[in-house]
Amino acid sequence: MLTIFIFTSIAVIISFIADRDKTKKGIIKGMKMFLGILPALLNILALVSIVLFFIPNETLVKWLGKDSGILGVITAAVIGSIALIPGFIAFPLAAILLKSGVGYGVLAVFITTLMMVGVLTLPLEAKYFGMKTALVRNGLSFIGAIIIGLLIGLIM
Amino acid sequence: MKKLFEKIGLGEYVLIALFGLVLLISKPAGFAFGPAVGRNFWLFFSEMIAFLPFMFILIGLIDAWFPREKVEPHIGKDSGIKGTFWVILLAMLQAGPLYGAFPVAYLLWKKGSSVKNIFIYLGAFSTLKLPMLTFEIGFLGLKFSLLRTLITLPVFILIGFIMERYLKDKNFEIKQPIDK
Repeated sequence: MLTIFIFTSIAVIISFIADRDKTKKGIIKGMKMFLGILPALLNILALVSIVLFFIPNETLVKWLGKDSGILGVITAAVIGSIALIPGFIAFPLAAILLKSGVGYGVLAVFITTLMMVGVLTLPLEAKYFGMKTALVRNGLSFIGAIIIGLLIGLIM
Repeated sequence: MKKLFEKIGLGEYVLIALFGLVLLISKPAGFAFGPAVGRNFWLFFSEMIAFLPFMFILIGLIDAWFPREKVEPHIGKDSGIKGTFWVILLAMLQAGPLYGAFPVAYLLWKKGSSVKNIFIYLGAFSTLKLPMLTFEIGFLGLKFSLLRTLITLPVFILIGFIMERYLKDKNFEIKQPIDK
């Protein structure tokens, strides 16, 4: 947390020395993006607070923890493939799950499928690439995500 | 007044206001639910609100200094390894959900990118966007982010190769859906 604070401060100072206007524009754009996601972030935090109240930590760890193995990875892959959560919200959510005892491998699968596989957006994707191609791309990405998760689970 | 209301987007805060109301009521009513959920929420919220603005400032600066317009002229000219490099760079400088990448994939196709590079672009777009990496490092740590990136890169390049092979004699084309 301190790292990001220091890093951003240094970046702002360097940027400001190099080009005032650009720095101002960048900061304003960043703040606008922040205000744009704020309501969605608050909603998701509220939802997670409620869900974690009903699911005891032991259950979460048993299903998605470090020792949940391939079953945990596949559960995360299925949820990640169906859910539509933007990245700016997925990472805070992943940090909460990590603190609750969810393993790194499971989180990697969840994040990767969230970004690469879209079951709900499949009809839209099919309009661009055709249904068969869209299915193959999503299928390959699903398998790829599981491999990524298993590897990270092994290493971390 | 109503216009101002819409401009700030206060309507989007209805759910969270309702949530707060339920928490407030449940305490005097004696439900265990309220205080416990409230504690959870405050824990998550207080942690994030402290450094989220800094992350977004960083993302805004990246956006100001590395506009993707500078990359775009290089796209599509080369369908080989150089082309791969440029589509990955283009993807890294973007933001947004995957379905926002489909129209760009169509443009790449129109400009003459190879099938392989188009699917590599989609892979890079979904997993290597700089704004996203900023978030990932901030929330899950540099080690995790680095490791995930290093493992993911070869995986989606491989997917690009497989897709090109699979689509070879299939008269593949990317269409722009027309809005009705």
